[in-house]
Amino acid sequence: MAKRIDVSDLDIFYGSFKAVESVNMSIEPQSVTALIGPSGCGKSTFLRSLNRMHEVIPGASVAGKVVMDGQDLYGSDVDPVAVRRHVGMVFQRPNPFPTMSIYDNVAAGVRLNSGRMRKATLDELVESSLRGANLWEEVKDRLGRPGSSLSGGQQQRLCIARAIAIKPEVLLMDEPCSALDPISTLAIEDLIYQLKSDFTIVIVTHNMQQAARVSDRTGFFNIEGTGKPGRLIEMDATQRIFSNPSVKATEDYITGRFG
Amino acid sequence: MTTPATARSGAPLPGGQPASAWTGSRRRTGDRIFSGTATASGVLILVTLAAVAAFLLYEGYPALIADAEDLPGDKSFFAYVAPLLYGTVLAAVIALLVAFPLSIGIALFISHFAPRKIAAFFGYLVDLLAAVPSVVYGLWGIFFLAPNLVPVYQWLEDVLGFIPFFAGPTSATGRTMLTAGLVLAVMILPIMTAVNREVFLQTPRLLEEASLALGATRWEMIRQTVLPFGKSGIVSGGMLGLGRALGETLAVALVLSPADVITGNLISSVNSNTIAANIALDFPESSGLAVNALIASGLVLFALTFLVNYVARAVIARRREFSGANA
Repeated sequence: MAKRIDVSDLDIFYGSFKAVESVNMSIEPQSVTALIGPSGCGKSTFLRSLNRMHEVIPGASVAGKVVMDGQDLYGSDVDPVAVRRHVGMVFQRPNPFPTMSIYDNVAAGVRLNSGRMRKATLDELVESSLRGANLWEEVKDRLGRPGSSLSGGQQQRLCIARAIAIKPEVLLMDEPCSALDPISTLAIEDLIYQLKSDFTIVIVTHNMQQAARVSDRTGFFNIEGTGKPGRLIEMDATQRIFSNPSVKATEDYITGRFG
Repeated sequence: MTTPATARSGAPLPGGQPASAWTGSRRRTGDRIFSGTATASGVLILVTLAAVAAFLLYEGYPALIADAEDLPGDKSFFAYVAPLLYGTVLAAVIALLVAFPLSIGIALFISHFAPRKIAAFFGYLVDLLAAVPSVVYGLWGIFFLAPNLVPVYQWLEDVLGFIPFFAGPTSATGRTMLTAGLVLAVMILPIMTAVNREVFLQTPRLLEEASLALGATRWEMIRQTVLPFGKSGIVSGGMLGLGRALGETLAVALVLSPADVITGNLISSVNSNTIAANIALDFPESSGLAVNALIASGLVLFALTFLVNYVARAVIARRREFSGANA
């Protein structure tokens, strides 16, 4: 069910401001692709263009192609709502619905997509999603408690469970560990490693060790200066990016000379 | 002791003892002024409420214990106030039934659907509605709304006459309970819409995006995040509106053609009066125990408003753990 994504000549705009310029990228199925780069270089913006969440911001627009499974996600007849049902997303800060129980949080997406469902089927799905997010053992006795009663790391795993419950083909993660402590971060990284057998995963991270630990391929974004659009500088196997990058700017960034 | 902490320094004081940088007055002037005024404001509300309640009790008590033949209409106070209480609740419920969904719809349109410029203009219009004096609404109700509703009422009687609400006979002037309720609905709409708009705008963007990223349409996103998040605000807005509808005097006094009855018929010329309108209409012509009876009916209104607010608060508190405030 994991799918490949091919991005060609993608420009991303906020109003008339061009935030990201001419990105060409192939994202392999059943692998983890990490996007790194200094703040403001457009990597989160690029990530959000992959499930058409970018256009939720007023005035935002995109030019170019994002092809998944032979279908251009920005084709004129494509419904952005349908795109998001195939490309799930986990955000920087854990954002479980505070008005829902743990159970209802996980079931939220399914209830949108498939209307009424048998209780037993839903129970099973909630359990398997929570197991998939390594959270089941911790919450199985309190599924009726509010999602906001969990710790930050647990909340983020709850959000992952919520995202995988609708069985997307691709999972986008926008700095999923930046608000978490090291132990919770490790739990999420382990989870990412397990999830890649089922999903295509794209993760934006500021933490280069994290990119090196979890990803198979890494893309480096950079920006020439304020007001200039961000660009994809280099993309290669993670090992190669971190040992022998072909562009000088990449090496400067990963060795900590800037950024 | 009352010296502000900032006036202290680590240098030894002339007295000889070295002053530590860590000690100092824990009661800072700014804090004390702030907590003092906040407490005073809280106490002032309680005192005002207590004073009103005491006045109502003291002045209304004679009517509560009076014999039936001494009271207006030669009946017990309970029989006197029951139709008024019924009319008050009925008018307010009609107003709330109409205004509640409408205010949520308008607020959602302003906060989530309209282009920004139109939304600002709309918000301004709604606020303007709140500034119209109630006597103007009353006049509008008599001279515009009531006559124009007569054909509608006639139609309701003809088509839905089997429902007791619309049994008729239709009032020739249109000055009915339903008209009064609709005028009240227009009057409470602005405050409810303003409150709803504010709470809807407070929905964290992060939650809305979480919902959209799950593949929610805009309406599904609103149902999943905006409405549950704003629930306590919506109820508060409804309470403000209901409070105004229960207590509104002039508009009802002008619009309604009252009688001393309890009836479910909303479109006839025989209608229950409301407590507030009854006080306004009868007060100039009353004396002696009749005045006490009016004040006692005010006490009933006071108690009713309390009860409604208490119930609403209790409803919200029951699901406190799931409040949007935990986001």
